Amino acid sequence: MSNSLVTAETPALLGGASVKIRLRNLSKSFITGSGLVIAVDDVSLDIPSGCFFMIVGPSGCGKTTLLRMLAGLDTPTSGSVELSAPAAGRPGNSMVFQGGSLFPWMTVFDNAAYGLRLRKRPQAEIAEVVGHYLNRTGLSKFAHAYPHQLSGGMQQRVSIARAFANDPDILLMDEPFSALDEQNKLLLQEELLRIWEETRKTVLFITHSVDEAVTLGDRIMIMTAQPGRAKQIVDVPFARPREVLELRALPAYGELVYSIWGQLREEVQRARAKDEERERT
Amino acid sequence: MSKLPNSHPQVLRRTGLSANNRDRLISLTSPLILLLLWELCVRAGLVDARFFPAPSSIFETLTLLIGDGSLWINTWASLQRLFWGFLLGGIPALILGIAMGLNRPLRALIDPLVATTYPIPKSAIFPLILLIFGLDEASKIVMVAIGVFYPVLVNSLTGVLEINSIYLDVGKNFGANRWQVFRTIAFPGAVPHIMSGIKLGIGMGLILIAIAEMIGAKSGLGFMIWNAWEILSVETMYVGLIVIALLGFLFSIIINELERLIVPWKKSR
Repeated sequence: MSNSLVTAETPALLGGASVKIRLRNLSKSFITGSGLVIAVDDVSLDIPSGCFFMIVGPSGCGKTTLLRMLAGLDTPTSGSVELSAPAAGRPGNSMVFQGGSLFPWMTVFDNAAYGLRLRKRPQAEIAEVVGHYLNRTGLSKFAHAYPHQLSGGMQQRVSIARAFANDPDILLMDEPFSALDEQNKLLLQEELLRIWEETRKTVLFITHSVDEAVTLGDRIMIMTAQPGRAKQIVDVPFARPREVLELRALPAYGELVYSIWGQLREEVQRARAKDEERERT
Repeated sequence: MSKLPNSHPQVLRRTGLSANNRDRLISLTSPLILLLLWELCVRAGLVDARFFPAPSSIFETLTLLIGDGSLWINTWASLQRLFWGFLLGGIPALILGIAMGLNRPLRALIDPLVATTYPIPKSAIFPLILLIFGLDEASKIVMVAIGVFYPVLVNSLTGVLEINSIYLDVGKNFGANRWQVFRTIAFPGAVPHIMSGIKLGIGMGLILIAIAEMIGAKSGLGFMIWNAWEILSVETMYVGLIVIALLGFLFSIIINELERLIVPWKKSR
């Protein structure tokens, strides 16, 4: 029921903009040792072009599974994923993974150049584009370093540079900052917003942090605890470009975080109750 | 006050011999002491010089064999067979191992064949190899190839299977085709394991070349050792053993250096 509400609501919001991502009755279930697990249940969703779309939900709610289906890494059990066809020669989507996804055997530069090299772009273009994003992420000095020589925050910056340099139609981000400490997270959120402002690509960003969702997103989908359904979609009214710290000082920011937390708390409690029940049996 | 500047160089001198260098020095002394004891025992008549000739007389034979060129001819013959055998066995093993790691059906198909043929003692098939490939170079090269093939295959396969699946996800998400996955992920990711496979393969190759040359060859270090038995030149046997040992040692140094060059991303342990 909530699903039909969601899809009815979305097209009006960014009026007229074309739809980049369309999900229809998307479901995914796994068979595990303890029986059938429904990870994603009947999610329908339209994401318009240029939208910074956030999905927030309790851990284990199937949000990563949802993203992996969009990235072509998992196949849906039922329902459909439609991504608008990218312009000729451009990739459809690129994913920023949670962490540890950089190739240890490649330097920072080679990692960031990965997508362009796979598509055999000319050397000059690779040098220019990769140079630009390494510069934007403050990594120019580390172009020839190997990932194991970098801190976790720097590694995630390389991962972001790799996805942006690939110049995809859609960016998929799977909790890219979740493993970072609070200070690094804030800096990277600022950096991400700055880089994103240059191109305003469509982004689908998964997080478990309500703060992160409100700080970065244009629109937030709250997911229920397992099985993961779309509980509600909330618009974020703040103007762009945003300054993370100034934004957090606004009363409206606190109110929005508070109201989303109210929705989410129910789900987190439900997830916890379920875990405890599983422990007992 | 004037003591301070003086104490500084002293501290430097004391730390000048690093732990590594000290270890190296210690490991150099133990073989030297053994050789010295050996020599003394032979001279004192405590060990039988017919079976354990004194290091000094082995060294004499060594210079003799270097002088008449036969040592070099035999070493070179063995090296050539090792080289070709290594290529013949190692390259297909590398490609097949990585392909098996990437492709489940291929793995299911080949795995039982490897599992059943691996435990056969390689020396036991030499007569068959002689029959098929004759007494010329080919049989010796094939022997080395078989010895190198298994460790390289098994280690390449393990190397690919141990690659974190997130790297393959990245490859897939960024649209890498089969060949690109092989070149950018599977091969570099498996290189550390492949290097251990190569080390084991070289060891196996040295064992098998010695055996093969004893039976069906007119040159090589194995032939030299066997021939020495026939003419009862025990010193020559020892020279052969020393050269084989040195070759093994040299190869391991070369491989370790090579590993440092091609795997610069490996955290030093």
